[in-house]
Amino acid sequence: MLLIHCPYCSETLPEVEFTYAGEAHIVRPETPSAQSDADWEGFLFLRSNVRGPHYERWRHLHGCGRYFNAVRDTVSDKFLTTYKAGEPRPDLSTLTVTQK
Amino acid sequence: MTRFNAFNLLKNALTGHKNWTEQWPDSQPKAEYDVVIVGAGGHGLGTAYYLATQHGITNIAVIDKGWLGGGNTGRNTTIIRSNYLYDESARLFDHALDLWQNLSQELNYNVMYSNRGVLMLAHNVHDVQSFKRHVHSNRLNGVDNRWLTPEECKEFCPPINIAKNARYPVMGGALQERAGTARHDAVAWGYARGAAMRGVDIIQNCAVTAIRRNADGSVAGVETAKGFIKAKKVAVSAAGHTSVVMDSAGVRLPLESYPLQALVSEPVKPVFPCVVMSNAVHAYCSQSDKGELVIGSGTDQYTSYSQRGGLPLIEHTIAAISEVFPIFNRMRMLRKWGGIVDNTPDRSPIVGKTPVPGLFVNCGWGTGGFKATPGAAHTFAWTVAKDEPHPINAPFTLERFRTGRLIDEAAAAAVAH
Ligand SMILES: Cc1cc2nc3c(=O)[nH]c(=O)nc-3n(C[C@H](O)[C@H](O)[C@H](O)COP(=O)(O)OP(=O)(O)OC[C@H]3O[C@@H](n4cnc5c(N)ncnc54)[C@H](O)[C@@H]3O)c2cc1C
Ligand SMILES: [Zn+2]
Repeated sequence: MLLIHCPYCSETLPEVEFTYAGEAHIVRPETPSAQSDADWEGFLFLRSNVRGPHYERWRHLHGCGRYFNAVRDTVSDKFLTTYKAGEPRPDLSTLTVTQK
Repeated sequence: MTRFNAFNLLKNALTGHKNWTEQWPDSQPKAEYDVVIVGAGGHGLGTAYYLATQHGITNIAVIDKGWLGGGNTGRNTTIIRSNYLYDESARLFDHALDLWQNLSQELNYNVMYSNRGVLMLAHNVHDVQSFKRHVHSNRLNGVDNRWLTPEECKEFCPPINIAKNARYPVMGGALQERAGTARHDAVAWGYARGAAMRGVDIIQNCAVTAIRRNADGSVAGVETAKGFIKAKKVAVSAAGHTSVVMDSAGVRLPLESYPLQALVSEPVKPVFPCVVMSNAVHAYCSQSDKGELVIGSGTDQYTSYSQRGGLPLIEHTIAAISEVFPIFNRMRMLRKWGGIVDNTPDRSPIVGKTPVPGLFVNCGWGTGGFKATPGAAHTFAWTVAKDEPHPINAPFTLERFRTGRLIDEAAAAAVAH
């Protein structure tokens, strides 16, 4: 079971309280009508699907209910960090695995 | 390689089965091939087999980072069916189902295909409507599928609980009698042996680290743990790792890799005659010839390459199974495992050409590509050989995510294998 730190509740809690919400930092186009088909393909369907540190969204569904972001290593499933929605992408070189 | 038949079985019995020859050699890479296939799962090996048998191309290497059949082919719950909603999918999966019928004879290898029937239970009005829609659509496409009342479900599969006061009452079911199971390893082994017999090199424990391209953009070959291998064509069938491999050629794919888990119980005497799936409670079950219950459900919620998956999902699965089949609730489970499946947004596969000349891909089979192995491999081999789509795989292009011409089985089924 994953243990996940909610940056709003400041608590590390079991996975079953959370729902995964896909890759993070995907920005909705500001002018949808100006998007090409290729832009839409990228926005809607193409994901980095990283093998390694992955920026992703989680929601503390059975807790505060809020969305936040995380960096998780998709090979070990260990979290490198979690941070509040709206905060910039953390620099990977500064992160180390905090969770055993 | 010795043919399997009664005479050879008897002959080898006389010498204590000590003189069987190896089924395929452990090949080392040559400098150059006509076709390099990345991934020695059922799809990759099957593609090599059909390239050799149908298109006369035998200068082929199938390369795997592990052992052949060690990916999802050897990890899946072996459900085979073709009752998909859309015309495109029905054609593709029914083509595979046709090939399953005689696959053991074709390969001279017992793949233990058993058409014991797959029954999909409906637990609410939505299920009833959606499954009946599937039944009608399937029958229009000439695909076997029919509706059963709760009593008929119970008759077909006695362990099902059809009590009216169950948490998820059974309101009926859709039965595909031609559907069933097969021995997953045997499918990989049978294709491997058939391909190797015709000169295909199967290279194991050799990861492909990158796809290399020529100055004109076309494919040049693959970088591997055992050095560069030149190739006129490269075909990738690497399941959950396909997007990682294709990234190195500059091709981005609409894939996300998730762990999908399964588990088996201790072996018991024959008690479960068919395959039962229940989308609403989200679990499915069958019994192997060894006697183990083979149980599975949906993917874990997060993307991962860990080939493991979490226990909460197992708990959820077992809860669902105990609800629908109360007789199993004291059964002990022996082991569980996971595989990494490559899901597309519409839950339909991507089979065909890519923007890179000479580079082909057969992926996106996600949670349900074992059943398609012969059909996918057969039509993919056509595409690789002729550099053009086969009429059956033609709709399953990569471009559909740009044109919007999706084959949205995800919306049609909500969940499935
Ligand atoms: C638990 C589970 C249950 C399932 N149940 C069913 C079911 O009941 N019915 C059904 O139809 N389908 C089911 N599936 C899905 C099915 O297993 C797959 O869709 C199918 O087996 C895919 O076959 P494949 O040959 O494409 O992939 P795989 O068998 O996974 O083969 C891909 C191969 O590529 C190799 N590879 C990866 N990266 C590299 C690299 N860089 N270099 C070299 N080699 C590489 C891997 O080692 C692997 O052997 C299930 C899957 C799982 C995990
Ligand atoms: Zn919280």
